[in-house]
Amino acid sequence: MARRGAGRLLTHAVLIATAAAIGLPFIWMVSTSFKSDEEVALFPPIWVPSTLHWENYVRVWHAAPFDRFYLNSTITTVVGLVASLLIAALAAYAFARIEFPHRDTLFLAVLATMMVPGEMALVPNYLILRDLNWINSYPGIIVPHIASAFACFLLRQAFLSLPSEVFDSARIDGAGHLRMLFSIALPMTRPVVATLTVFLFIGKWNAYLWPLVVTNTWDMRTLPIGLRMVRDAESTLGWQHLMAASLLVMLPILVIFIVAQRHIIEGIGQGAVKG
Amino acid sequence: MSLPIPASGRSQYGSSGLFGLKNYRRRERATFLAFIAPSFILFGTFVFWPLFYNSYLSFTKWNMVAPRPTPVGLENYATLIADPIVWKVLWNTIYLASGSVFFRLTLGLVLALLLNQRLRARNLYRAIIFSPYFTTGAAVAMVWAWILHKDLGLLRLPLSFFGLASPNWLGDVRWTIPALIIVTVWRGLGYDMVIYLAGLQGIPSDLYEAARVDGAGRWALFRHITLPMLSPITFFLIVTTILSTLQVFDIVDVMTGGGPMNSSKVIVFYIYENAFKWFKVGYAAALSVLLFVIMFVITLIQTRLSARWVHY
Repeated sequence: MARRGAGRLLTHAVLIATAAAIGLPFIWMVSTSFKSDEEVALFPPIWVPSTLHWENYVRVWHAAPFDRFYLNSTITTVVGLVASLLIAALAAYAFARIEFPHRDTLFLAVLATMMVPGEMALVPNYLILRDLNWINSYPGIIVPHIASAFACFLLRQAFLSLPSEVFDSARIDGAGHLRMLFSIALPMTRPVVATLTVFLFIGKWNAYLWPLVVTNTWDMRTLPIGLRMVRDAESTLGWQHLMAASLLVMLPILVIFIVAQRHIIEGIGQGAVKG
Repeated sequence: MSLPIPASGRSQYGSSGLFGLKNYRRRERATFLAFIAPSFILFGTFVFWPLFYNSYLSFTKWNMVAPRPTPVGLENYATLIADPIVWKVLWNTIYLASGSVFFRLTLGLVLALLLNQRLRARNLYRAIIFSPYFTTGAAVAMVWAWILHKDLGLLRLPLSFFGLASPNWLGDVRWTIPALIIVTVWRGLGYDMVIYLAGLQGIPSDLYEAARVDGAGRWALFRHITLPMLSPITFFLIVTTILSTLQVFDIVDVMTGGGPMNSSKVIVFYIYENAFKWFKVGYAAALSVLLFVIMFVITLIQTRLSARWVHY
């Protein structure tokens, strides 16, 4: 659809306004996080504080065990991510490249898990963890969500698109399935694995309801939960501190997004149209 | 599997049959089972078993402390139907979902149309507009709670520019769901835009050419080509947005805590409260069965309607 001069300008104007409106909350968060008590209470608000009050961040860091929160989030996310990838890759490979009677029905069972809302599993999973003595522990946070039908589905799709000849010649050379998975299938589907890794990372890092249910002491909370608890527990914290805390929580995701955004966005676009 | 030759250096006439085929098949099946075992054990334990146990719990009364749940038949369901909070919660959820879907889709489509041309800085616009989608819900909710602050909130500025009074977003029962809609739309419209963009780029340009030759104007092109060609995506987005809104929790927990007076309590929140705040585990189970049924029905409607309405 052709647009000329004035139309182009209008388009840019609208897009700039929209991008600004959407990006504004981030900028406002950063701006507030450096303000003093008096500057925060100003209305109409100022955008640039007179000096950068870095001590807000220090105050927040000590107001609650943020170092523990970061540690917990990192461990649960990374371990969960690696486990999810491995387990999904194994299953996806089997579904794509190993013959088995009623294989496709079994795969439907995997897909069916996506229909069960997490809320139905809350209490039963909690009870299982209680019996295993895993409440308020890393395994408790990580294990119930390792199995991902989404990951399995994506990887199976990717493996199915690989040419059979590669596997057949590896077969003749004496390779077993494990070797074919790790030396052929995964390396050849690197883009999909990379996109999946990013999605899984973000999903696990941002997880809220389950960590909330499973953890019950300060030192085991993950970042999102810690953030919420800090606000409720510390009444002396001002908005500047809460904004600093929010930035601290969001930071890794923002960094990942800035680095990988093109890749992520294009992955989503392709997936939707093909799927 | 094209080559039936066993990978090991076994002789042609192996343990049984030609080329040791039977043994080979047996090993293949064992490998298959070994490979899917971790996933299936985890699914079985943490997805399928909970599905059944939760359904069983919905017919009991239990506080997780007593040694056994007490069976009470359909009492939870009877309470559910009579519980005014349940209806309020359902209404809140529907309100939130409709507002969210409407604004996300329309704004997403408009933006996708604007972006669907050769523009400088196009990728930059796309990235900025999409960026809220992956941010941590709790952090985002905190920032928006600040922006929507009734006295010092940033949103008061544009509102007063248009001569509008700023409501007490998080304290006034009429404005809590709209506040949540603002946040969910802010977060999600980039996603809808990206999906629509991919869809727009999939529409063959000769369709437009042919219609233009026949004298069709811009609006006609939009109504008769663009919209119908996008209908599968619109459908997909409506359903996925509704389903994901049905599961919103972190934003509600951080911004409003379900209040004031249950005005922003959505269904997952009510389930969580019943299970882990008030220890009415049987009732919570019944509520989650209700949620499951709702999601199931929506997905069912989607499959039926998509066969009828979606153009391919």
